[in-house]
Amino acid sequence: MGSDFASGGRLPAAFMSPGTSSFADFLAGHAPGLLPGPAGPGQPGMGHPGTGQPGPVADLPHGTTIVAVECEGGIVMAGDRRMTSGNMISSRDIEKVFRCDNFSCVGISGVAGVALELVRLFQVELEHYEKLEGRALSLEGKANRLATMVRGNLAAAMQGLVVVPLFAGYDEDREVGRIFSYDPTGGRYEEQRFQSIGSGSVFAKGSLKKLYAENMPADDAVLACMQALYDAADDDSATGGPDLTRNIFPVIATVTGEGFRRLTDAESQEYAQTVVNGRTRRPDGPAAPLRTPADRA
Amino acid sequence: MSMPFYVSPEQAMKDKADYARKNIARGRNTIVIQYADGILFVAPNPSRALHKISEIYDRIAFAAVGMYNEFENLRKAGVRYADFNGYLYDKSDVTALGLANAYAQTLGTIFTESNKPYEVEILVAEVGRSADRDQMYRITFDGSVADEHGYVAMGGQADRVAAALKERYAPDLTLAAALDVALAALADQGDSVGDISASQLEVALLDRAGEHRRFRRLTAARIEALLAEARPAPEAAPDSDSEAGSGPEAAEGPAAES
Repeated sequence: MGSDFASGGRLPAAFMSPGTSSFADFLAGHAPGLLPGPAGPGQPGMGHPGTGQPGPVADLPHGTTIVAVECEGGIVMAGDRRMTSGNMISSRDIEKVFRCDNFSCVGISGVAGVALELVRLFQVELEHYEKLEGRALSLEGKANRLATMVRGNLAAAMQGLVVVPLFAGYDEDREVGRIFSYDPTGGRYEEQRFQSIGSGSVFAKGSLKKLYAENMPADDAVLACMQALYDAADDDSATGGPDLTRNIFPVIATVTGEGFRRLTDAESQEYAQTVVNGRTRRPDGPAAPLRTPADRA
Repeated sequence: MSMPFYVSPEQAMKDKADYARKNIARGRNTIVIQYADGILFVAPNPSRALHKISEIYDRIAFAAVGMYNEFENLRKAGVRYADFNGYLYDKSDVTALGLANAYAQTLGTIFTESNKPYEVEILVAEVGRSADRDQMYRITFDGSVADEHGYVAMGGQADRVAAALKERYAPDLTLAAALDVALAALADQGDSVGDISASQLEVALLDRAGEHRRFRRLTAARIEALLAEARPAPEAAPDSDSEAGSGPEAAEGPAAES
């Protein structure tokens, strides 16, 4: 903000005050217009992107399916690459899974513009806290911070600009991977084993139900995510499958005790190719046994 | 505020400057030194919690001497400045020069407008993509900025430490050699610095090759390993060999001349 530095370029008083370690709170006090969402409080001219009238704005770009799976020593998160505006595909190669800090990641679905802004703020928030306090937030603390931010978007959500993140990370205290999902009011729910959000989540979750195994190696969990996304893309028009002609594949991230890692496109391609090859032989993917061993006995 | 006696501006400024300079000189030194793969920060500091060296942004770090509460205040303001601008524009738009200017204006205003100047001296360093694009700015209590290259010493007897650094410094040192140079320069002072152990040193670096955030603190174990790498060189004086394993005790040893 240019006016902030009007006083001869020196740091504004707000920067020097003892204040908060939360960047979002700092912004809310100092420059509320920069907070995500269409209507920062007291920002004339930044009203609803449509006509200023309530009600959903038609055909804004939406991000779609994200899956996350707990695995041995961490979690795997994957997202397809499609963004849709109504029945049109607005992007084939958008990324919807992001690194938050070294031990957590977030995937987004919902109105892409607001969601991307929210992720950007969340990334700064975590780093800002860590630098000011000299230690990182606990995973639980990060999940709660994200809940507050989603809740901050509630007014916009009521107008149809819904953003729903999926948050996952490695808990350094408990030494396990954990997954958190949210609702538009900021409700925070810890998930067990796996979770999916977005338009294709119904199919992805059905798929993961059959494919998930307790404590599966990260390698298997990545493949399970790829299968689930394929199933989502199979039945949901807003979810994109692996694009073999353009070489666009789902974004896959792992978070373990070693930290965050986004798989390279070549690695992602390998998993996608495995799934596609399997599906050419059996289009519905791997079959789960009809009876569990206990049923047979 | 009424002023019962006339004090000339020259005298007032001189008094303030003397006051700040005297108090800053009482503290221990902080050394910042460029090496081949980044920038190294070394400060004798027995506290694990009250840091003299800290991270500001992805490529930018901050080192200070003087009064803790005052430079801590500046550090927090710097983190807010950096994160605010990085959020408003882009990460690449946050630069050490911009931050150094903001600090200079802030310290300059405090120096002229308030009765008590800040008793601090700070350094803002940014690691570039190559060594010639590294930036180091030293900002003093009155808001003057110096563009530094190679090495910087701040705090008590900074001139003597800087002279000691000048003798030993060479461009493109390895990390171990740079740490050795810094500790040797500190040890040269003949005060109690000689008995620093690794656990009483605060050492951090900006790593040119890193991803995301380049700032890293070095643990005592890593410091000792680096010193062991730098010290027991075959051409080092034999009398320091017995100390090689114990690491930092060799700081004032003749090996530093190699």
